[in-house]
Amino acid sequence: MPTLERVSTKETRIGAGLGILKGMLVTFKHLFRAPFTVPYPEKRLPLPRRFRGYEFVWSRERCTVCLTCAKACPHGVIRIQSRLAPPESQWQAEKFEIDIGLCIFCGLCVESCPYDAIFMGTQFELANYQRGGLVRGIEKIQYNPATSRASDYSEHPPLEPGRLLLPKQ
Amino acid sequence: MELRTQPFMVNIGPQHPSTHGVFRLRVIFDGETIVDLEPVFGYLHRGLEKLGEGRTYTQCLTLTDRQDYLSAMNNNLAYVLAVEKLGGIPVPPQATQVRVLVSELQRIASHLFAIGAFINDLGAFFSPFMYMLREREKITDLFEMLCGQRLTHNFLRIGGLSHDLPPEFMPALRALIDSMPRFIDEYDQLLSDNEIIWARSKGVGVLPRDLAINASASGPVLRGSGVAWDLRQADPYLNYPQFQFDIPIGANGDAYDRFRVRLEEMRQSVRIIKQAMESLPGGPVMTPDVNLALRLPKGEAYAHVESPRGELGYYLVSDGSINPYRFKVRAPSFINLTTLRELCLGWKLADAIVILGSIDIVLGEVDR
Repeated sequence: MPTLERVSTKETRIGAGLGILKGMLVTFKHLFRAPFTVPYPEKRLPLPRRFRGYEFVWSRERCTVCLTCAKACPHGVIRIQSRLAPPESQWQAEKFEIDIGLCIFCGLCVESCPYDAIFMGTQFELANYQRGGLVRGIEKIQYNPATSRASDYSEHPPLEPGRLLLPKQ
Repeated sequence: MELRTQPFMVNIGPQHPSTHGVFRLRVIFDGETIVDLEPVFGYLHRGLEKLGEGRTYTQCLTLTDRQDYLSAMNNNLAYVLAVEKLGGIPVPPQATQVRVLVSELQRIASHLFAIGAFINDLGAFFSPFMYMLREREKITDLFEMLCGQRLTHNFLRIGGLSHDLPPEFMPALRALIDSMPRFIDEYDQLLSDNEIIWARSKGVGVLPRDLAINASASGPVLRGSGVAWDLRQADPYLNYPQFQFDIPIGANGDAYDRFRVRLEEMRQSVRIIKQAMESLPGGPVMTPDVNLALRLPKGEAYAHVESPRGELGYYLVSDGSINPYRFKVRAPSFINLTTLRELCLGWKLADAIVILGSIDIVLGEVDR
């Protein structure tokens, strides 16, 4: 038998204006509270470690062009072309494009990667002047120790051992 | 001299701030009194049910986030439960408990938004709404910690969760849950006794008990009318039977009762979270070997959860391929919306806005 709790018990009106005074007291208390907001472009909140940002980080060394990420993507955002590289006859990515304009940042590609080769990024300001600027090719997503900031969303082993991806909160 | 009046039709919406999205009301007025009302929706129709038929079961998860975007966790949960029921996929106990945690957190966040928007519709322009959003912000921060997104979480997976709780999650959750009752009391104090809110919402839009049941309304709309029907106790899922909580119900079925039911439900959710936090079993959160391109056996399954808006159900038909053959959603706010005409007849224009706010629709779910 479920337990019940009747909500509208207060039927009689209390003195006129008393309820509003009680409410005004709450409003008055807010005068003495510190602001909860942050002046955004000047100050930024720390990002959580698992943030799913827009600039993907991709490792050419780890990727075997197995297309699992492209198949896992719900919107078909990832376009890959591969070729056999002659000396060791190994599959290599010729084109690896992620169209951020269509991406929904679900993280399924990153999770599905069997070789831990692709990471979510940590950026979120993805405004662009042209649609083409939203397509991120190899030159933008390839791992670069100086500029790439991968998120810890995937919990893949980091590309550079010993370096934390994002500071812990 | 006799004053001759004639009814006239007004379109409220589709782009109108009080319709909570792109939603149109065709209202026929006599003076300022509503004689007839017809909700027109479909402006946000994306064909998500059809899209789901072309995707694998895992990819459909991202569609469920985008239906009721104010309670994405509950949508994920209902879908995942349906797939697990159809495929007989086990879920580790830790994942089940975390699912309870996140779905109750999401209920608080959604009710905060609903109450804030409702008070906003009453004319308290944005101050209470901003107070509510301040608390909701803390919950979205928690979700961001869990899964990296604030709104479209995509956190639950078929057979578990995408991640375990991060180490920094539990202290943050504890701090939130410790402070939450104080804030809820504050909102109660701020809003519940306010004469203006009484005058605008008490007795307005009374949904009789019989009509609520016949219209198959659910959630706070049904419970506001005095029917103690909550899926968490009527047809328990996850491990809700373990937890102690009350079902708040209203006495009159008016807009005020629906608002109060939501306020009380937040208290009950805090109670559930407190109990769930203490009994986290630990261990893995994902059943191993759930294929990314999952093939379910032929058959059909329906799973429903108590979302913040009512009974949210997913009906899946599988034909043995990697896509669902049919991906049907029973959207609570769509069905609650069917009572809108009966609620609004005879009331003034300003009351119709209040009634619509008290039903708490989310257009992403109504139109799908």
